[in-house]
Amino acid sequence: MTTDPTTYVLRGVRPLGGDPADVVLAGGVVAALGAPGSVDVPGDAVEVDGADHVLLPGLVDLHTHLREPGREDAETVASGTRAAAAGGFTAVHAMANTSPVADTAGVVEQVWRLGRDAGFADVHPVGAVTVGLAGERLAELGAMAHSAARVRVFSDDGRCVDDPILMRRALEYVKAFGGVVAQHAQEPRLTEGAQMNEGVVSAEIGLAGWPAVAEEAIIARDVLLAEHVGSRLHVCHLSTAGSVEIVRWAKSRGIDVTAEVTPHHLVLTDELARTYDPTYKVNPPLRTAADVEAVREGLADGTIDIVATDHAPHTREDKDCEWAAAAFGMTGLETALSVVQQTMVDPGRMTWADVARVLSVAPARIGRVEHAHGRPVAVGEPANLTLVDPAATRVVDGAAQATASGNTPFAGRELPGRVVATFLRGRATVLDGAVVEPAGAGAR
Amino acid sequence: MKHLLSTADLSKDDALLLLDTAAQMAATQSRAIKKLPTLRGRTVVNLFFEDSTRTRISFEAAAKRLSADVINFSAKGSSVSKGESLKDTALTLHAMGADAVVVRHWASGAPYQLAHAGWLDAAVLNAGDGTHQHPTQALLDAFTIRRHLVGRRGGGDPDGVGADLAGLRVAIVGDVLHSRVARSNVALLRTLGAEVTLVSPPTLVPVGVETWPCRTSYDLDATLADWQPDAVMMLRVQRERMSGGTGGAFFPSPLEYTRYYGLDARRLALLPDHAIVMHPGPMNRGLEISAEAADSDRAVIVEQVANGVAVRMAALYLLLAGDPSAEGNDL
Ligand SMILES: [Zn+2]
Repeated sequence: MTTDPTTYVLRGVRPLGGDPADVVLAGGVVAALGAPGSVDVPGDAVEVDGADHVLLPGLVDLHTHLREPGREDAETVASGTRAAAAGGFTAVHAMANTSPVADTAGVVEQVWRLGRDAGFADVHPVGAVTVGLAGERLAELGAMAHSAARVRVFSDDGRCVDDPILMRRALEYVKAFGGVVAQHAQEPRLTEGAQMNEGVVSAEIGLAGWPAVAEEAIIARDVLLAEHVGSRLHVCHLSTAGSVEIVRWAKSRGIDVTAEVTPHHLVLTDELARTYDPTYKVNPPLRTAADVEAVREGLADGTIDIVATDHAPHTREDKDCEWAAAAFGMTGLETALSVVQQTMVDPGRMTWADVARVLSVAPARIGRVEHAHGRPVAVGEPANLTLVDPAATRVVDGAAQATASGNTPFAGRELPGRVVATFLRGRATVLDGAVVEPAGAGAR
Repeated sequence: MKHLLSTADLSKDDALLLLDTAAQMAATQSRAIKKLPTLRGRTVVNLFFEDSTRTRISFEAAAKRLSADVINFSAKGSSVSKGESLKDTALTLHAMGADAVVVRHWASGAPYQLAHAGWLDAAVLNAGDGTHQHPTQALLDAFTIRRHLVGRRGGGDPDGVGADLAGLRVAIVGDVLHSRVARSNVALLRTLGAEVTLVSPPTLVPVGVETWPCRTSYDLDATLADWQPDAVMMLRVQRERMSGGTGGAFFPSPLEYTRYYGLDARRLALLPDHAIVMHPGPMNRGLEISAEAADSDRAVIVEQVANGVAVRMAALYLLLAGDPSAEGNDL
């Protein structure tokens, strides 16, 4: 890949929220960094005024649904990665539940190439654990790992690998190439026909319940399996207080488990289902206020390692209908950083360095892309960076987003923070808050 | 009142107005000429995404006796999985100039969506949505209870006009988990001052029921003998709750269900003399209710059906002609 020949100087930015600095980006790397006015700036450098802006390593999403191939009416790799860039991401892990399923080297390489061609963010395909996500036999995990896409994260996301022996084999098998199984924890029999969190609200409004125990039972089983076979496990979109407790316990035993929470589970609750607006229908479902507090606490104390979006675009037809007929999922790439700022940074529960950890460093490490992403903001490091203005506020407008779908649950809500610029290997994918098309788009 | 979506939305005054208006409507129904000119020129659409002949003909009779034009729109056959698009149907009805839409839907919340999504400006009457609400059923139940237990016993107005249900005890027995009738009744009976006990096997009570304004029990005999309800409302048990289906059977066998939760002559004898027996229909005789109980002189099940028409007339009247200046508005 070529790098952008443009040189940038970011003036007065605060790396990880620390002291102001001038940062020069040239040749795809951080070329210079020092106190304002102290660094040599090439004469042709493009000036970016970053006073009071926070400079973060480019964000990494471990859980993105890009929908291509198969549902290009909802999202494409190009539109989804534009949304990623707009949200400050420089790398996304594209989930395998496409059509065809990403369960072969051919499909993951196709998705990986589409990402390279689009040029807005590095696309790291997630491989399916089982053929066709059917939960019956292992997909060719090795072939995907050794393909050009270098797959390291495997998941049947959307479905749970509920068969215990299949899960055990997958956990063991991926050790050969440093892979990880990312489990969508949902006991299928306990959630047949489930529509929303099972509890006070579901009882009242008459929607079939998705009980917390259906998530917790699978997580409990999987951490014990991971311990038994000495494997690495990643828990997708953990959503309940009980799940936080189980992961906390597992980590205290030294089990090699990591966990993610979505932005929406950090702030929204099942009370929203009272509107019967399918925008709020998501899997796992929005939980109670007590669960929201528990996941915030788990994120703050490190029990939960990362925030991942579970960005799940859907067409209008799949959401403009009865709740029970609607698709599960909500978009998240363009609101994730703001939600983390609102729920964790502004109340003083996390620092910007913590944000860098949960939205960049840790997801890069879990996804085994730490050679390129989630790097320190330091001279010589790849210029994968995100500049955010934490003082800005904005009202979310679904129609104005870069994603091809409008199913954001934050429409009409005011959120803090704005991504001012995103750099992918020194090329600005976002500048002045607007997505920048690659020069000679498509050329490599 | 713009819509009638859930009994939980009704204030006590709203509920009493509906019941008192229903009493006036019922009085007109004993006349030789039952038809009133009140809703002449207004269009009522019965929009049924789920079959229910009983409910549809009850609403149809109510609308016709108020002289409304009635259009029956069955959207069930077109596409079962997603149904005819709710939105497109709503836009069609809007274009046709429907004044009221009576909607029965398999999906909880569909009437709420019709009323709030901005697709339609007609009044929406919920005629049963999924496992959520069936407000006119609860209103006809309350009307029936009031007539028998306040009106006739109290010696005042024979229909109990103006009175609430304070102090009355109602046991609701059966599949509460899947019952829109139970949800509607719990909210309305509480608003009207009655006490409610839900009696079900533990598998058929929703998780979260502890916040409902009622008691729950797993023991029908104890509830009847010790709590002495004034009315017992038996809920229908659907066949699919017994056979397994997707979630497995909710109780071991129909026989065992009947043994612990069925209303029969022996249990009937535990009740106070004045107590009435109710059922929203259609009944599974021999399962949740024995023939003796269903046909006893305590049973007011047939009367519930007749009261349903009066209550639905009242609901249509108050939603469509609630403005007292409207033409032909005197009963
Ligand atoms: Zn998932």
